[in-house]
Amino acid sequence: MSDTTSKVAFVASGPIAASPPPANSTGPVGWLKENLFSGPVNSAVTVILLAMILYLIPGIIQWAFIDSVWVASSLSECRELGSGACWAVIVERFPQFIYGFYPEDERWRPNITFILMLVAFAFALFDKMPYMSEAMYQKIRPYGLVFAACFPVIAYWLIWGGSIFGPILFLATPVLAYFVAQGIDKLEHAALPPALASLPLGFIGAVIFALVWITFLIGPITSLLSFIPIGLEEVESRQLGGFLLATLIGVAGITLSLPIGILLALGRRSGLIFIQTICIVFIEFIRGVPLITLLFVANSVLAYLFPPGSNLDIILRVVIMVTAFASAYMAEVIRGGLAALPSGQYEAADAMGLNYWQATRLIIMPQALKISIPNIVSTFIGLFKDTTLVVVIGLLDPIGLITNIQATPEWNGIIWEFYIFTGLFFFIACFAMSRYSLYLERKLATDRR
Amino acid sequence: MSEAVDYEATQADRSKMTVSDEEVIQIRSMNKWYGDFHVLREINLTVNRGERIVICGPSGSGKSTLIRCINRLEEHQAGDIIVDGIELNSDLKNIDKIRAEVGMVFQHFNLFPHLTILENCTLAPIWVRKTPKKEAEDVAMHFLEKVKIPEQANKYPGQLSGGQQQRVAIARALCMRPRIMLFDEPTSALDPEMIKEVLDTMISLAEEGMTMLCVTHEMGFARQVANRVIFMDAGQIVEQNEPEEFFMNPKSDRTKLFLSQILGH
Repeated sequence: MSDTTSKVAFVASGPIAASPPPANSTGPVGWLKENLFSGPVNSAVTVILLAMILYLIPGIIQWAFIDSVWVASSLSECRELGSGACWAVIVERFPQFIYGFYPEDERWRPNITFILMLVAFAFALFDKMPYMSEAMYQKIRPYGLVFAACFPVIAYWLIWGGSIFGPILFLATPVLAYFVAQGIDKLEHAALPPALASLPLGFIGAVIFALVWITFLIGPITSLLSFIPIGLEEVESRQLGGFLLATLIGVAGITLSLPIGILLALGRRSGLIFIQTICIVFIEFIRGVPLITLLFVANSVLAYLFPPGSNLDIILRVVIMVTAFASAYMAEVIRGGLAALPSGQYEAADAMGLNYWQATRLIIMPQALKISIPNIVSTFIGLFKDTTLVVVIGLLDPIGLITNIQATPEWNGIIWEFYIFTGLFFFIACFAMSRYSLYLERKLATDRR
Repeated sequence: MSEAVDYEATQADRSKMTVSDEEVIQIRSMNKWYGDFHVLREINLTVNRGERIVICGPSGSGKSTLIRCINRLEEHQAGDIIVDGIELNSDLKNIDKIRAEVGMVFQHFNLFPHLTILENCTLAPIWVRKTPKKEAEDVAMHFLEKVKIPEQANKYPGQLSGGQQQRVAIARALCMRPRIMLFDEPTSALDPEMIKEVLDTMISLAEEGMTMLCVTHEMGFARQVANRVIFMDAGQIVEQNEPEEFFMNPKSDRTKLFLSQILGH
């Protein structure tokens, strides 16, 4: 017994001091060894790919930069000046690529809209600003968020023009509805049957008022006020095109599809059989139909569904369809996030006495959305690129413009340059979204810190 | 299920644990089914203010389901449950009212990982009780000090050990100033070293006169703190008694078998 104990027994003589790792496992040498030359196969792949890159790059640089032509008035002139890329077509048609056929004198309007959009996005997406103290930003951010919420109306007015009173009356809706609710709440102690008195009458009244106000009152009041000539020149939807159009449809679709997708996902999981069925039917139907079909529907069929004379704008119709399409995907993405949450989170929220909407807003959604960020952004990126499909119903997005320009005698025969340029635009926009999603994921990674 | 930890060192002071005549929970011939499976059968249980009740039994005996029925995490299909004078039925207002008065601590803590410890503790007071933020934070710090982790207030749950997380969960429930606390196997997911810190917290809570229902296998805790031990098997209450009698002199064969198995080594 005693000799086995003596063989097994061990007592550490003291703590072992920490020492640095071996020199070739850290720093640039360590990185190269680990990532590029970790074994024979990896080394061979590294060498072969390096050779291919070295072989291809000079040719691309030669074509795109050294031999390229930047100023010319036609393809034949281009070919005389250089054998490389003919960027001259992009330079010459640049305004058209950006604005489509938007009236030249009015192009400051989309420019301002674009700048305002960046400001609205900055406030909505970031909780810090460079060159600004945190306290300062926290102070102005609420105003920024109100501005971001009003931005769609402002943008609509700037792009399409018209009397200024329409958008002002529209923006006034929540304020007026608030006063309506206050008024009703004051009247409430008048004799009412108790069954009615327990309902949130002020809120219901405000919603009804808002609907009536928007559908029936804003239009007539605006025309009444039209003797005061404050407004912008009206621009037809058919005049919009290029990246302006793509950005417009993309941004509208993205900002609308997220909240609608959230509601659809919640509806699908709600357990209220009627709401659930509506959501499932909507999601499955929209997901089962190609977007092009939906766009054709937007172009032709939708006009029959609305009462005659209600000339629903073509871009509005497209936005509705693109949004519906993206919301259906979004709903499933968010449902995945909801399903991934452990049931304990729902139980803990319930056990504290939070009601459904509080639990959803404070506990469930923040976590479900965080889980879903990569997929949500993928859906956004897909939607943004899908805006190019509007070309099939004759809207002149960048792809539509390419066909248009190719048909002119001066530029007939150019292919590559257009698609590289358009591709670059979409790449920059989508890459920015992708980077933002990474930033968000890192910022919200509280459980792994 | 041996007692890995010797927490006899912390002697609970039973003199402070007083039971009043006021009945805070009344459960009358309550039954519950999962589909066709009869999971709770004819449960009758009355709890007075200040009682510390330990519920034990083999897994699948329905003990967790029973306490989850008390705050409507599970719905019972027959019989009455009256908590703090409010009857539990499908009226959502009643359910939320009861849930605000009944604190619950879960086996897996269920802290909200996207909120800091302090935010975890202030969330329900701010949104359910409409307490001003500053006041809610003061209350939260008070209870975090009580569970001895005020210095972790601004960390996230993922940065804390299991024992610390469970103590935060207890503080979070206490911030609502509940009149009843439910514990659903609060130490089952913890390392032996951390069980003691959580049990100590629960003991001090009992010493303050909190009404507690606790599903646990910590028999040492039951001996020290409980005034009543309930043994459940196959969905029904098989035996209940004062802890001394329950452990020394069990009446039913099923209880004897269970006790011999959990105390047997």
